[in-house]
Amino acid sequence: MTKAMPRELTRQQYLDLYYYMRLNRTVEETMVKLFRQNKIVGGLYSSLGQEAISVGSCYALDKKDWIAPMIRNIGALLVKGVPPRDIFMQHMAKYDSPTKGRDGTSHFGDLDNLHIVSPISMLGDLIPVMAGVAIGGRYLGQKIVTMTWIGDGGSSTGVFHEGLNFAATQKAPFVLILENNLWAYSTPVRRQVPLENLADRARAYGIDSYIVDGNNVVAVYNTAREAVERARAGEGPILIEAKTFRRLGHAQHDPAEYVPKEMRAYWEARDPIALYEKFLTAEKLLDAAGKKEIDERLDTLLTAEREFAENSPMPPPEFAEGGIYCTGDDCHKIRAKWERAIAEVTPPKSSVKPVWTVPGFGSGKGSGGAGAPIHFGDTPAPAIMEKAGENGRRAKPAKTTGKNATKKAMKAAAGASRKARR
Amino acid sequence: MAGGNGAPTNGSATGGTQITFLEAIRQAMFEEMERDPTVLLIGEDVGVYGGAFKTSEGLLERFGWERVIDTPISESAIVGAACGMSYLGLRPICEMQFIDFIVCAFNQITNFVAKGHYLWNAPAPMVIRGPSGGGVHGGPFHSANPEMYFVHTPGLKVIYPSTPYDAKGLLKAAVRDNNPVLFFEHKFLYRRIKGDVPAEDYTVPIGKAVVRREGQHLTILSYAAMMHSSLEAADGLAKEGIEAEVIDLRTLLPLDEQTIVNSVKKTNKCLVVHEDTKTGGIAGEIAAILFEKAFQDLDGPLVRVTALDTPVPYAPTLEEYFLPNARKVFTAAKELARY
Repeated sequence: MTKAMPRELTRQQYLDLYYYMRLNRTVEETMVKLFRQNKIVGGLYSSLGQEAISVGSCYALDKKDWIAPMIRNIGALLVKGVPPRDIFMQHMAKYDSPTKGRDGTSHFGDLDNLHIVSPISMLGDLIPVMAGVAIGGRYLGQKIVTMTWIGDGGSSTGVFHEGLNFAATQKAPFVLILENNLWAYSTPVRRQVPLENLADRARAYGIDSYIVDGNNVVAVYNTAREAVERARAGEGPILIEAKTFRRLGHAQHDPAEYVPKEMRAYWEARDPIALYEKFLTAEKLLDAAGKKEIDERLDTLLTAEREFAENSPMPPPEFAEGGIYCTGDDCHKIRAKWERAIAEVTPPKSSVKPVWTVPGFGSGKGSGGAGAPIHFGDTPAPAIMEKAGENGRRAKPAKTTGKNATKKAMKAAAGASRKARR
Repeated sequence: MAGGNGAPTNGSATGGTQITFLEAIRQAMFEEMERDPTVLLIGEDVGVYGGAFKTSEGLLERFGWERVIDTPISESAIVGAACGMSYLGLRPICEMQFIDFIVCAFNQITNFVAKGHYLWNAPAPMVIRGPSGGGVHGGPFHSANPEMYFVHTPGLKVIYPSTPYDAKGLLKAAVRDNNPVLFFEHKFLYRRIKGDVPAEDYTVPIGKAVVRREGQHLTILSYAAMMHSSLEAADGLAKEGIEAEVIDLRTLLPLDEQTIVNSVKKTNKCLVVHEDTKTGGIAGEIAAILFEKAFQDLDGPLVRVTALDTPVPYAPTLEEYFLPNARKVFTAAKELARY
């Protein structure tokens, strides 16, 4: 099967990817400081070393598309246009935060403008929800694609299966990014899922998948962009496994001593931002002056955003009450935006003959008549499957280290994602 | 048992016809889909088959594959997808083939759908409906009354009607409501109960109980199938000179405290009848409300007539013993009246 086609990005796109990864990391570094100062109310989760996935995949979406980030996708929120102050205030439970202190961390959304659905802590729930947004968007004639993220751990939940299977039966324009960071809290991926590649889960739903080096932002972008275009074109949901590593613990409280030292060292040498800086420098897209300019821009921005956040008050206690129901005309302002003729989905045009068409009468192949044998499929023998797997493993990050991440390696990796064999 | 007993609120059934409880539900969905192209139906076997009980018969034929969606057996996916659709300004109706299966989507409903508005200003106007209740020998997994799991969940509305008029009017109100609404349809009533419904469009307000029968000796509070048993018992009580005031709660969340308290302040005695099991049933909540708001007015204990605290048993003899009925209501009410 083929890999994502490499594509040329504009200078601005290359630099955007860099800026957002830097912004992602700096926002989180700022929050670590706030955490140490006891200004963060609850837990603090980190996407250190995973920034390329949040940024590269979300950057592949159009403005009208919908996302639902998970806890380690601050980068996706930033690419979508969420101001850093909102993220700070969410973590600090401030009254000016999007949820006014009623929920924390990245648990907030913006349905009207940025098209962001809030995550919850129960993993996998967003998958059917985003499948629903995708199906609803198609119903209204909007050419939207929806995207959410799930971890290696979350891919074992029941609703992951229900959601992805349902999305597949509906051919929903939906892209699921499976961030395989190798750890679900303290449990390594091999103890959770008996698969070498989690992208192989897609086979169970008859959908296409890719594997990509999650520490290579250009590769993530290219792969996601191709998946988004295919989903938008009506090819159905696509699963992308991004291979990466969770550099810190489950949250700030967790020193993650269960992670082997060599493993950590291996991945720390593959820091996605350091790798990308080398690439940009080699490509002459970024020099010392350009980097300094971004440093200063981030410093100015985040100083102001942090100050705003710190000055925001806590919510008044009585704000805990009320707001349970959406009442009054002002509460629910979302109106269906029709981008197709309503007449297509209303009678008489919507009327159909309520009967199923079952090709081949369920024998498995096209209609062969009463004498046709039952078809048992053409599942390849295990040896053949193994071979296909080997071919597809070219993106294995082991081949690239931080040291020799030259322009050549970066470019090769950019294209070295693959569609898993169906 | 007479259906449409004490036709509520407006009482005018001009040009109305007698229809079954089931037909009322089908008509509500049909008319809402006709009225509003943002209304969709999503569930298992709701399309070609028209629903396991035929509540959606004819809907696919009229509204097509995009608006009547047959799904895999995935209750969480049904509820999750409907929630996603609602974020675009659509108003999906989810069908649970039997309401027993709603608990398969428990997390999706209680953690995602119910909390959205309070937490993230993300209201989810959607309806989750399905056939509930026992008395038809459906066994332990096709007879449930799981309403209280959801009455305990802030953010949801929970409706459990007893007449065709209310079923139609409340389902329409649920579709038009901007909140997630759970709509329980007692399957014992589906084809046994008939009642008048007006020809014109109408809704019944969510959150309002109705007095089905006026009386001064005691108040009987009930809903759904037990409403009919309660009215039957009240007829029997009347023959003995005991006038029971019978109230149909109709909506369990939000509960119409005012109507309950007003009645008990008048009669000074209260009996709650529900088909749900006893512990954690709504009778306990009502008892607490009355202790808080009408304690000085009570002239007797609050009495509960409910199902046993067991799963719904399968054998007809066991199920009959398990369920409340008009005789049990009559006996308990008579005793309370004489307290």
